[in-house]
Amino acid sequence: MKQPSAFVDRMLYILLVPAMFVSLYLIFIWSPIEKQMGASQKIFYFHVSTAWVAFLAFFVVGYYCVLMLKRPTEDRFIKAGISAEIGVVFTTITLLTGMIWGKSAWNTWWTWEPRLVTVLILLFIYIAYLFVRKMEGTWEKIAKLSAVFGIIGCINVPIVFMAIRWWNTKLHPVVFGEGKNQSGGGVEPDMLVTLLFCIGTITLLYLFMMRKGIEIEKMRLTVRKAKSRVIEKLAS
Amino acid sequence: MGYLFMAYTIIWALLAGYIFVLGKRQKDLKKELKVLEDWKSEQ
Repeated sequence: MKQPSAFVDRMLYILLVPAMFVSLYLIFIWSPIEKQMGASQKIFYFHVSTAWVAFLAFFVVGYYCVLMLKRPTEDRFIKAGISAEIGVVFTTITLLTGMIWGKSAWNTWWTWEPRLVTVLILLFIYIAYLFVRKMEGTWEKIAKLSAVFGIIGCINVPIVFMAIRWWNTKLHPVVFGEGKNQSGGGVEPDMLVTLLFCIGTITLLYLFMMRKGIEIEKMRLTVRKAKSRVIEKLAS
Repeated sequence: MGYLFMAYTIIWALLAGYIFVLGKRQKDLKKELKVLEDWKSEQ
């Protein structure tokens, strides 16, 4: 009989592959071309989706880090680490696609605007978090120290989201909800369908990567334990 | 159009890169596990 986790992985894979193709169809063929920006506007769908998944990933890190401060376990440590890694990958994608968007819309690769700066800080916090996890020392000490970094990063997530609302930037549009002197809800219904579908697809990709990553890290744990048993046996 | 192509190339390259890293980690661990299993069966 197949294991339930293998079944879930298979189901995720079966859902993910067609969802990815449908997303690409919706982006490049089905959704209309925006009048002002032209085809470059289509960057928006994956840009927003990857940003959403990065936020989700860092919330997951924050959740496991809080639990780890209470009681560190190897399972929590692994889940927080993998989620942080995926978060870093997706934040990098968000930043790079944002830069390309900026070049096509504002004619500049980078500007010291609140949203961009807060995202960059978020990325640095999680890179630091991943480095802290690799430090030498007792496992429990590292788990607790890295948990502090994870929680600081998680606190930064709502700041990133609210940055364009609090500091009233003119460059980054508020798409959902109201901002100072800016009205939200500026997405056409066809574009909104594409965007929501892409968010769903990238979330599935996150779940798939998360499960694969956890499986690999648990395998690493098994190998490490087996190695230490071999060393003990050889020493005796 | 050039910017669109650049953006999606970066997206797919980074995603493929991370999946490749995960795959490599798994492959290396499987190798190590095999060595340990072989050693155990020899004992």
